[in-house]
Amino acid sequence: MDELINDFIAETRDMLQALAGAIVAWEAHPGDRERLDEIFRFVHTVKGNCGFFDLPRLAVLSHAAEGALAEVRAGSREADTRLVNAVLAVIDRIGELVLALETGEALASEDDEQLIAALATEAEAETAVPALEPAPPSAEPEQRKSLRSIRLSVDLLDRMMNGVSDAVLARNELARRLRDAPRNVEIEAAFERVSGCIAEIRDGITRTRMQRIDSLFAGLPRLVRDLAADLGKQVVLEADGGDVELDREMIEMIRDPLTHIVRNAIDHGIESAGERAAAGKKPAGTLRVSARQAGNQILIEVADDGRGIDGEALVRKARSAGLISAEQAEKMTAAQKTALVFMPSLSTAQEVTAISGRGVGMDVVRANIERIGGVVDVDSRASQGVRLCIRVPLTLTIIPALTVSAGGQIFAIPRSAIDEILRVGGGTVRIDRVGEAEIATIRNRRVPLIGLAGLLGVEPGAARDDQKLILLKPAGGDVYALAVDSVHDHEELVVKPAAPAVMAAGLYAGTTLADDGSPILLLDPSGLANCAGIRFDESELEALLAPVAAAEAARETTLLLFRTFEGARRAVPVALVERIEDVPAASVRRSAGKLRVALGERILPLAGCEQAPREGKLRILRLTDGVSELAYGFAEVIDIRAVILDVQPAPAPGEVGGVALIDGEQVETLDPYWLFAAYGDTGQGEGIDQPVCALPEGDPWMDNMLRPMIESLGYRVVAAREGIVADIWIQSSGEEEAAGAGGKVLRIRSQPDDAGDDSIYRYDRAGLLSALSGAAKGRANG
Amino acid sequence: MAELLLIARVAGRRIAFPAAAVEAVVELEGITPVPRAAGHVAGLSALRSRVLTVIDALASLEFGRSAGLREAIVVPSDGHTYALMVEEVEDVVEADAPSGPVKAPLGPGWDRVATGMVEAEGELILLVDPHLLIAGPAAHAA
Repeated sequence: MDELINDFIAETRDMLQALAGAIVAWEAHPGDRERLDEIFRFVHTVKGNCGFFDLPRLAVLSHAAEGALAEVRAGSREADTRLVNAVLAVIDRIGELVLALETGEALASEDDEQLIAALATEAEAETAVPALEPAPPSAEPEQRKSLRSIRLSVDLLDRMMNGVSDAVLARNELARRLRDAPRNVEIEAAFERVSGCIAEIRDGITRTRMQRIDSLFAGLPRLVRDLAADLGKQVVLEADGGDVELDREMIEMIRDPLTHIVRNAIDHGIESAGERAAAGKKPAGTLRVSARQAGNQILIEVADDGRGIDGEALVRKARSAGLISAEQAEKMTAAQKTALVFMPSLSTAQEVTAISGRGVGMDVVRANIERIGGVVDVDSRASQGVRLCIRVPLTLTIIPALTVSAGGQIFAIPRSAIDEILRVGGGTVRIDRVGEAEIATIRNRRVPLIGLAGLLGVEPGAARDDQKLILLKPAGGDVYALAVDSVHDHEELVVKPAAPAVMAAGLYAGTTLADDGSPILLLDPSGLANCAGIRFDESELEALLAPVAAAEAARETTLLLFRTFEGARRAVPVALVERIEDVPAASVRRSAGKLRVALGERILPLAGCEQAPREGKLRILRLTDGVSELAYGFAEVIDIRAVILDVQPAPAPGEVGGVALIDGEQVETLDPYWLFAAYGDTGQGEGIDQPVCALPEGDPWMDNMLRPMIESLGYRVVAAREGIVADIWIQSSGEEEAAGAGGKVLRIRSQPDDAGDDSIYRYDRAGLLSALSGAAKGRANG
Repeated sequence: MAELLLIARVAGRRIAFPAAAVEAVVELEGITPVPRAAGHVAGLSALRSRVLTVIDALASLEFGRSAGLREAIVVPSDGHTYALMVEEVEDVVEADAPSGPVKAPLGPGWDRVATGMVEAEGELILLVDPHLLIAGPAAHAA
């Protein structure tokens, strides 16, 4: 709706501008029929539009002016100066109102009735109103400070974007030349300024590419109405979160998958009114489409309250198609069965329908979403409905990636697909050759291993033992390990599609340019797996079973090792690092008692530095606890390692929580909890008084998956034993009450189906979060 | 006005490209190979902030692979920009007469990419569609 209002405002303003000449001409020659028609058309259009938007003041004004002008056009009234003045006053008021609408301010002048009365004929006016006073002109200039908008062609924006990319590369090259040349402080200062300008422009242009997701939702009501009518079903659509902004290219990429999901939901999910009534539901089905932003991802959820996906039917189909074995089918959980819906050539529909059975299945939807670096999850409950969640990155063009090399050439891998990075010779990994295949065993988990160099047909630049393994999980499953010669850096890359002849190789997702201007190929993790011939049926199932396998693994943390300005080796869990960024020293200031760094439109507290650097760039880690963010300045990245941490705690709480031995060297581990409490803009400092959560011991799922989440919410986790005091007790559904003092008990069940004991399903993240944060709040208030 | 032609040398022959299809002539600085791509794709190169897909004209004609070539003509095609590696770029000349069909077999390779012949500088030159060179031999077979 807002989009439409903006269009209306822009259109009306354009018309007013175009009309300015006509108004002046009409004033001079009230008998000029052509001008009269022009003005009449304007008020008529405004009147029509306002009816649509529910803008009563505009409607009344334009209606009155239209009426008077219609009389003139019909010849029943003379266009005298009085009328011309009155009409012009009305048009001016329309302009003011539109402006007020745009700026969101209330318009002071309320004398609309006077203006309308002034339109009356002289005879009618006898009895009425005092003469019209011109509106005070002084009000005008202030109102002009409105947020002005213009309409631009997308082509022009793309050209600007390209131009800015050019400028960035030119800047990078200049920076390199400057580094090589003898130092000249003046030139460097000038360069810094140019550099800052370019960064600002790029920010701005990037923002122009954002579009409200509204435009994606706008077509849904019609689609739903038509489909429901065709199928003789009743469907109510609820759309929510239309104000979420997304790269407009991304919006185009999501359009088809979303349409397909909606079609599927109405066609296969929501039952006919009769069937619903028999099941004790409302006759009209509900389809809820919502969007929200979470970090640098956009979540789009499509939920229906239909019959749900029949997991057993999917299993039968997969069995008869020979995609899974009876044994595998036996072992699958309900969620895994539901996820079969994404397997190619499986559809639960009894018969192909005209609506969604066009040979395009959910596997294509998933493939399309994955192509843009997204993920689709499905959650189904029998006779309660299906919830599909699409997660996509904010923008198509800039993606966080890891650069690696194989055979002397550099490649990039989208970070969204990376699970973990391991060192081959590190003892955590065992590699076995099985026939011609290689299998890596990483903490009880067997995954197929692909040598990148071998796959690409180039000579590896390092022996297998010196290589690094990247555990890849292309969106949706298929975990495998990729062996590369070395791992370089995390970078934000501007990715462009590659030429068809390059895409045809099936290995690449696009191209990008390195800082030195040389092209880098972005690898496509699922393409690599396909090319290497990793078989879908087995690896997919393995991926489906992954949560179980992962839970058996030892408690290990992936750490980012870095060096501080003082030269100390420190480590921070990778999960807390949102990104690594270089910021100009000028953006760091001591303000309001703390060092802070300005990043775009945000200000983050800065830890890790004693004082603002005087010049050059500062490299920062952006740490997040899920709610607030803080920056941590450091000198350089050393490595990323997955280790079983054995931390010797520091004697006093502080920035450094303890020290651990990694690769035979002492590494200080940051205490993120302390950091966020001390630096984070929590505003209350409540964190020091930490709520306590008691967790049963020895449950791998709780240890590995639940614990980090609880800790991220600010709890101190203790082992659930007798006699301890905790604010919240976690308990597996069906187990006996733990004997503990105080606090609330949160039961967690491992099956999605309701157990009837107010337990929460273990993967119901939202439910867990709200239960946990509810308990934390309860304490803060109490 | 007569058609403008860009004369280049590929596989030892002089060939003509319609100058309108050519954006620029560049000296390639370093080529990033694209493993497992089609045979006529020599790799990627950069022209300012644009990525060029480098096409080996010799390989596209299935005459083998070129080595050590630097000169290339830049051809935008279907939203992507390509650099067509040739042995030498001679000059841009005006055609003396409109192009006409070649009534004799041109031989393998040339047959696929030629659109006719054209007279320029007192000589008959094969007129080649750069887009067909870019498409490569596989596209023809399909």
